[in-house]
Amino acid sequence: MSLLDRPSQTLSSGGMTLRQAWGVVGLLAAAILAWLVFAVWPDWLNAILISKKAFVSAILNGITLAGLYFLVASGFTLIFGLMRNVNLAHGSLYLLGAYIGYEVTNRTGYWLLGVAAGFAVLAIVGVVMQVFVFRRLEGDDLRQTLVSIGISIVAADLMLAVWAGGTYQITTPEWLDGALTLPVITAVRSNGASVFLTYPLYRVVVLAAAIVIGVGLWLMLHKTRVGMMIRAGVDDRAMLQASGVNVHAVFAIVFAVGAGLAGFAGVVGGSALSVAPGEDVRYLLASLVVVIVGGMGSITGAAIGALLIGLAEQIGLVYFPTYGIVLTFVIMVVTLAVRPQGIMGKAR
Amino acid sequence: MSLAIATGATTQRNWLEKLGPGHIILGTALVLYPLVASDFFLTQIGGYSLIFGMLGLSLMLLAGYGGMVSLAQITVAGIAAYAIAILGNANSNILGLGWPWWLAVIAAVFAAALASALIGWISVRTEGIYTIMITLAIATATYYFAQQNYAIFNGHSGYAGIRAPAFWGIGWRDAKPFYYLCLGLAALTYAAVLYGSRSTFGMTLQAIRDNPRRMRALGYHVTAHKVFAWLLSGVIAGLAGVLLVWFNGRVSPGTIGVDAAIDVLIIAVIGGLRHPIGPFLGALVVVLMQTFAIDIVGAERFNTLIGMVFLVIVFVSPDGILGLWGRIKPHLAQESLRPGP
Repeated sequence: MSLLDRPSQTLSSGGMTLRQAWGVVGLLAAAILAWLVFAVWPDWLNAILISKKAFVSAILNGITLAGLYFLVASGFTLIFGLMRNVNLAHGSLYLLGAYIGYEVTNRTGYWLLGVAAGFAVLAIVGVVMQVFVFRRLEGDDLRQTLVSIGISIVAADLMLAVWAGGTYQITTPEWLDGALTLPVITAVRSNGASVFLTYPLYRVVVLAAAIVIGVGLWLMLHKTRVGMMIRAGVDDRAMLQASGVNVHAVFAIVFAVGAGLAGFAGVVGGSALSVAPGEDVRYLLASLVVVIVGGMGSITGAAIGALLIGLAEQIGLVYFPTYGIVLTFVIMVVTLAVRPQGIMGKAR
Repeated sequence: MSLAIATGATTQRNWLEKLGPGHIILGTALVLYPLVASDFFLTQIGGYSLIFGMLGLSLMLLAGYGGMVSLAQITVAGIAAYAIAILGNANSNILGLGWPWWLAVIAAVFAAALASALIGWISVRTEGIYTIMITLAIATATYYFAQQNYAIFNGHSGYAGIRAPAFWGIGWRDAKPFYYLCLGLAALTYAAVLYGSRSTFGMTLQAIRDNPRRMRALGYHVTAHKVFAWLLSGVIAGLAGVLLVWFNGRVSPGTIGVDAAIDVLIIAVIGGLRHPIGPFLGALVVVLMQTFAIDIVGAERFNTLIGMVFLVIVFVSPDGILGLWGRIKPHLAQESLRPGP
């Protein structure tokens, strides 16, 4: 920490810059984490952190949960960044996607079809919402938000009417079942044999999907023409419109992608966890906090925010069960106090 | 106002004029209401509407005068309700410290005001629409925390067996006294907000709502004014929370859930955010719907109905029922001004 306390001095004396200091801190943290994951723990460490298995599982669960949160929140942040539209019905989109995925998977027997349906149907729902509801209230942030609240109330109630209050589990195909043995030794038995950590294959696949989609979104935003328009729209909507771009088409695309991702996440999350009323609020909260922490309108910010919140939630669950939510809350408050626009957000 | 009464008959007429015929008729009607109403109508409709009207009023103060739409009003009220349960006599096995009721009430309202100021201080760091997101996040997080935590909040079941106290020889739990208690506090807060909106602070707050940059340039401490508005709103929400816990006799995470948080917003928006009477109007409409719409649509689909009404109001009249009235009123006036045939 002493490196961080005196950045200006080290600068003037020709030593490390602040950036390099952060790099060193980051490397040290990475080294400690790598040691924590791969080394066989001494007893005192096991005593502090319950057990290596619990610790590494919490980290892994946190990262995979972060993948799910990222999928939900990236749509939320895209929609907000471009249209200044706080879509508080985003959690409902997640839950609707999950129910649709459940129905399609159950009837056809193909899980992948369920995932595709979750994305496609919700993308259409998103376009319909944008064209028929939000476009009429353009430029009125507050009324858009109020309308989205109204939609979420009605949607939650209608979903309750159709699917009742039960808990559903979307069945994953066989090739996604089973566990993966990771090259992480959790303990050494008395006979000298090492015990390796096993982890559900499905969760690893979810994480991989989230990373692929995240990279894909980033490429779409930064390397394609539509992405360029979207980024231009985030910075200055009026100027984009003035330069002859049909912003309503761009809005519709973004809403389709955002809502579709929420639906996709619904199916994927509904297969890993469960589908039940109330999940909409949970994922809405996650999206809100992820986006507040990460910064509005930034995909990278959503990824960082999701990682922080996912890890905080799972580590909290293991180490201070009834106060876990407070950790999430503290992260949000500290971010707002230090950087009100969020970690990757631009000051407006 | 009390000064005006003291200074003789001539000013008394002025005072009455200042109060306006609307307030006098409404006040008389509300005071006489228990003569005609049954106990059910007195508490379940009257008292309940007044309590939720106060909650809506605390939001109206923030949203209407300060331009800060909060979804955490029920959280603030819930903090007061939990404080009453924890400090007073709740017959759950944990806590229930048995403080005298008046001390518990003061502490509860104080805690609510403080919590509200804290929420305000967190959320005023950002502007506009962010407030709604941050307060929703705070409300949801508090709900989950209350549900998970057993040491303070007693988890899922919360606290039960909380009673309104009896003092001055009156059992305030009975229908009529409780109605008058609600009416008294509602009238007090209503008058305070109405008076406050015309005070220097109220004017400054409205000016900040309209143009924060100009006010900052003029040398006003924008953040301090906003946080103070949150504190005042917290006092009102805290009082409503105390009444709510006395009314229900219990408090649980469900009391401060997201549904309840949104209900408060719905009440304020349906009623109208321009004038302090709006939330009370909205509360009456929503409570009446809650009680009687069940016969029409069934208890299960009530949320669809209220959501639809909310959507229609937001689309048709951004200022709620008051806005509708404001639109019709000029037409009526025009009608009477027109020369006859």
